[in-house]
Amino acid sequence: MFGWLDHRTGYKKLLHEVLFENIPGGSRWRYVWGSTLTFGLVIQFITGIFLWMAYSPSSQTAWESVYYIQEEMAGGWFLRGLHHWTAQVMTVLLILHLMQVVIDGAYKAPREVNFWFGMILLQLILALSLTGYLLPWDQKGYWATKVATSILAIVPFVGEDLQKLVIGGPDYGHHTLTRFFALHAGVLPGLTVALIVGHIYLFRRHGITPKEPVKKPDAAFWPDQVFKDAVACMAVLATVLFFVIRHHGAELAAPADPSEPFSAARPDWYFLFLFQLLKYFPGTTEIWGAIIIPGLVMTVVMLMPFLGKWQLGHRFNLGLLYSILAGSGLLTYLALKEDNKNPMYVAAVKEAEQNAARVKVLAKAPAGIPLTGAAALLRDDPLTQGPKLFSKNCASCHRFGGHDGTGVEVKDAQTAADLQGFGSRAWLAGLLNPDKVDSIHYFGGTKFKAGKMAKFVKNTVHEFTPEQKGQLVKVIKAVSAEAQLLSQKALDTNDAADIDEGRKLATGETMRCTECHAFRKADDTAIAPDLTGWASRAWLTDFIHNPKHERFYGKRNDRMPAFGEDQVLDAKQIGLIADWLRGDWYEPAKAK
Amino acid sequence: MQQHPDPKDPARRNFFAEGASVVIGGVISLVPVVAGARVLLDPLRRKSKAGAATRVTSLDALPPDGVPRKFPVIATRTDAWNKSTAPIGAVYLRRSPEGVVTALNVVCPHAGCFVDYVAEKSSYLCPCHNSTFKPDGAVSDAKSPSARALDSLEVEVRGGKEIWVKFQNFRAGHAEKIPCT
Repeated sequence: MFGWLDHRTGYKKLLHEVLFENIPGGSRWRYVWGSTLTFGLVIQFITGIFLWMAYSPSSQTAWESVYYIQEEMAGGWFLRGLHHWTAQVMTVLLILHLMQVVIDGAYKAPREVNFWFGMILLQLILALSLTGYLLPWDQKGYWATKVATSILAIVPFVGEDLQKLVIGGPDYGHHTLTRFFALHAGVLPGLTVALIVGHIYLFRRHGITPKEPVKKPDAAFWPDQVFKDAVACMAVLATVLFFVIRHHGAELAAPADPSEPFSAARPDWYFLFLFQLLKYFPGTTEIWGAIIIPGLVMTVVMLMPFLGKWQLGHRFNLGLLYSILAGSGLLTYLALKEDNKNPMYVAAVKEAEQNAARVKVLAKAPAGIPLTGAAALLRDDPLTQGPKLFSKNCASCHRFGGHDGTGVEVKDAQTAADLQGFGSRAWLAGLLNPDKVDSIHYFGGTKFKAGKMAKFVKNTVHEFTPEQKGQLVKVIKAVSAEAQLLSQKALDTNDAADIDEGRKLATGETMRCTECHAFRKADDTAIAPDLTGWASRAWLTDFIHNPKHERFYGKRNDRMPAFGEDQVLDAKQIGLIADWLRGDWYEPAKAK
Repeated sequence: MQQHPDPKDPARRNFFAEGASVVIGGVISLVPVVAGARVLLDPLRRKSKAGAATRVTSLDALPPDGVPRKFPVIATRTDAWNKSTAPIGAVYLRRSPEGVVTALNVVCPHAGCFVDYVAEKSSYLCPCHNSTFKPDGAVSDAKSPSARALDSLEVEVRGGKEIWVKFQNFRAGHAEKIPCT
């Protein structure tokens, strides 16, 4: 049967030629790099095609489909991890292959053309990395790639048009993804295959460049060199698998959102040296760091075969290669060092990780991902937006557990209540505690420090008998129940009897709440904030909307702006702050 | 010129290197293929969530004249990562003068095309391969390519006002009704 097939295809001769290529001086470990790169490419083609079957390139589905691969599909994380980490490892292999070629002088005549093929392949593979980085459409890829495409715009004369062509319009969107995907999965792999065929053909035509002096007898490619290549490929795969398992696949940041800053945006590590280089070119000289210097360096490298003809040419080339590697290494080190020392960057990375984890929780919620895309999940999430809105709008006076809501200390003096736990029994008990009511956590920073409420607490409550104190606890339970906090749901249900009694006591002679406050019925004579529905969502959003309203502080309002009335915040933002303060956001049910 | 012995000298055969190369090469090539195949086969784990009763229309929208009328079935649909309220199919509803409501899936059991009800002929006609069905869904012509009648669906009239249908699709091309799961 093999004879029949061979007669028609001549495969035996081909196989013989492939396997019995002569290697001067026999097999050596230093010859494995080309094979490991080919193996890496094979992994990328196979995993890439499988990923393609589940990937959807549009700005409302790219992140979502990658999320689905990574989190929902059986073995999806492994497949994506394999693709991602093989790309990372291939970058290292490219450098090793280039080093071997230059050190062994394999770029010299008659192998000039093959050297150029190799250099073009290097750039094609870097282009594959760059285009692939954007495809998940997460914050990281989005902002990092924006930097790369913005650099295109500084190309003289055609820059802007070039940029528009690459990103498919004046702005990032669906067509940026369709174009990057076509480049990543079609154009670039096609060119890579064509050049690899040429690369291997020329390599076979000129044969291997032996490391001189040749000490051992020649040998065929099969089996010794094949064995070494196979072991090297296995080591490459083991390295990739180590990272895949350690990172459980590949990172997926929060979905791209043009309205959300992302200070953690950095290119992948192998482009960090270019990123760092740009820092040294002020103002309009950027073009030097972005285009001219890298272009010149690349041109000199391409000319290595000719430079190598001079007497000292090979040494010059070696020096050049080592200088480029050392320079890139130094720039990469500086980039990493600067970032690690920059507290803003460190905080941004932490926030990015929190957002990435949170959006996955929301995507797994029963409501799922809306058709408008997953970016909306974080935009509408009180846990994500509440602290940011609080920090920006409330924390110049208020505090949340002593900080600005996001965990950052505030420089300005605190002049209004600490709102952590607002609405809860503990918070209310603090307000009604004679030792605490005029502290900075409650009325201490406001003009209410000497107001009727503070006086009542300090004078009257201070004198309460143990029995009256017991009644006060019931009133606290009753008023706090108005808030309908999720965290107190069980307590409120349990203490229904106490709450009922507390409601009656609140209107009584001892507690005297309704002398100033309205409580569970309209009261035109009330001069203090309405306690009906106190700290509930509706109460709190109305309060933030306009604390000067008659229902709340009226004319006695102390400095708090009417955020809604004055259109500082819209209803959605006020709702997000209220929900966050009340601890009302989606949490997955705990595993039973 | 240095003298080298013939590299194809059989004395230098190295069975260990040959065997190990084939085994290692095979195993490491399998890794990406198996990883991909696992993800490719993921759809086999997924089950259809159809089959829950869905409100289709009100009873008033369906005159008791025995004439089939087409209604979309709109329900919460999970499409990979998206959850949304969207059409999941359509039904022909029919209310007899006696007030009995019946429902048929609009999909032809032959090959899955959307059948039309042609009022002049008082029959359903499949635009793809010319299957024809009677108003009650039965195959009306022995030469009809469809192996079975249009698929009837469970109907419930709730509160005397609303028509709810347990919407389901069935596998095409079989003589029996086999639900798609």
